[in-house]
Amino acid sequence: MSLDIGVWIGALLTLGIFSFLYRDNPFYKLCESIFVGVSAGYWFCVFFFDNMVRKFYFGVFPSEAGIEPKYFLIVGAVLGALMLTRLIPSIGWISRWPLSFIVGATAGLYMMLFFVSNGLNQVADTMLPLYRETAGGDFDPAETLGTILVFIGTFTGLIYFFFSKEHKGLFGGAARVGIFFLMVTFGAAFGYTVMSRMSLLIGRMDFLFRDWLGLLG
Amino acid sequence: MAGHWIAVAINVVVGLTLVWVLVRTIQGRPIERRIVFVYIALAVATPLFMKLEAPLAETPEVQSIVTTIKELPPGSRILISFDYDPQSAPELQPMAEAFIKFAFKQRHKVIIMGLWPLGPDQANQAIRAALEDPSVAELAPEYGVDYVNLGFQSGNEFVIQGMGSAFKNMFPQDERGTIYDNIPILRGVTNFSNVDYVQVFSSGKPGTREWVQVAADRFGATVGGGTTAVQAPEMYPFLRSNQLIGLMGGMTGAAEFEKAVEELGKANTFLLSQMFAHATVIVFVIFGNIAYFRSRRRDASTDAPTPGGIS
Repeated sequence: MSLDIGVWIGALLTLGIFSFLYRDNPFYKLCESIFVGVSAGYWFCVFFFDNMVRKFYFGVFPSEAGIEPKYFLIVGAVLGALMLTRLIPSIGWISRWPLSFIVGATAGLYMMLFFVSNGLNQVADTMLPLYRETAGGDFDPAETLGTILVFIGTFTGLIYFFFSKEHKGLFGGAARVGIFFLMVTFGAAFGYTVMSRMSLLIGRMDFLFRDWLGLLG
Repeated sequence: MAGHWIAVAINVVVGLTLVWVLVRTIQGRPIERRIVFVYIALAVATPLFMKLEAPLAETPEVQSIVTTIKELPPGSRILISFDYDPQSAPELQPMAEAFIKFAFKQRHKVIIMGLWPLGPDQANQAIRAALEDPSVAELAPEYGVDYVNLGFQSGNEFVIQGMGSAFKNMFPQDERGTIYDNIPILRGVTNFSNVDYVQVFSSGKPGTREWVQVAADRFGATVGGGTTAVQAPEMYPFLRSNQLIGLMGGMTGAAEFEKAVEELGKANTFLLSQMFAHATVIVFVIFGNIAYFRSRRRDASTDAPTPGGIS
């Protein structure tokens, strides 16, 4: 069994959180409150020192010779400070200036990134010949099937989200195929999520049995 | 070895008790929700004591990363971004450790950074684990020459965007405070065109998606991903369109990578637990469905709702 106080605290907090599985109890509430409080304090310190001290202060006044000061950071700091004018109702409207800068810059960058990566490149990937060949020029059945499925899935999925025409007849049938593909997608995402949550549980179990109790070599 | 056989015996007994749960389910008598938790806990915990190897299939997305790294000439520069924190460590830390060991053994230069505040600390843990490996220790990788940790930089995808112009603008100093120009491994490294491969370990935003959008699609970098299982399905479209060169998804991806590069570690140990847990979940999903259809039939015949399945 571990003699490390940090490991003991970690183990007891883990058990405290797990105790909720039996029923809500004061021990769980204590662990939850500690988690919330420590997280809030930790992230405040991280963001303050990383942004205000390391990035801004040492950016404008470098601690080492050979690093050029970045005076443009002062503009960002001024805009950041203007955000705080919301705390004074009479001049609160000034906070809209930095906010408009953030919205404009972020929207501009995201529009371009998503249009190229998630739009153009993905659309181009669905416009492939349905008959696929291997590098050697032979028929590739697996890749061909995959391409056909991607084509059908994309096409029928788009039909499902087309609401200007009633989903009846052939159109309705295609929309139902689209639902099928959507359900498979949600199922895969849910399966992966279960896998991920199990991994976290395994990590905690390993911590308890290996690091705390020392039962695993 | 005693632990192994005790764990096997427990699993056999637990497996047999599932018959009792099935009988109760068919009888329409609900089992306690907490009993399911006990089953899951046992399914996860007992395999940790077993000396069994979980079967694992080879997938092209993981093999692609291995092949890409192997084909790089020794001395190539690999940029690794650690975009996760301890919460996701059970899934991502094993693959990060195996990847760094593999990169060192291939004699590549490793440049580490993080878009998450705790990422560089996770990287330091992975480096320490790699250096404890005798075959890596033999190569004696030197800080600043063979690897460097540039630390965390806030700004999410804007940092990647800035690195497209100059790494130095985003990371004027490394984590230890050494000026960029004074770090031997970074001499001649201006932007992505001076890096041979980018590997991302991520559990959210910013993460693999942002690296694909900016580093791969905008600046033409070769990007490989290592993600939590939750994130993996979102990355497959990028993989198919070759925007992402390879992908290690969750614990399974990590275990497969460990096996492919012959660096068996925690992911392979954990995989058995995951397999048992998944089997348990599947069994209870089936039981739940049996209970549901039985209760529907009973409702139809008696017209009175009765409880069924898991309460």
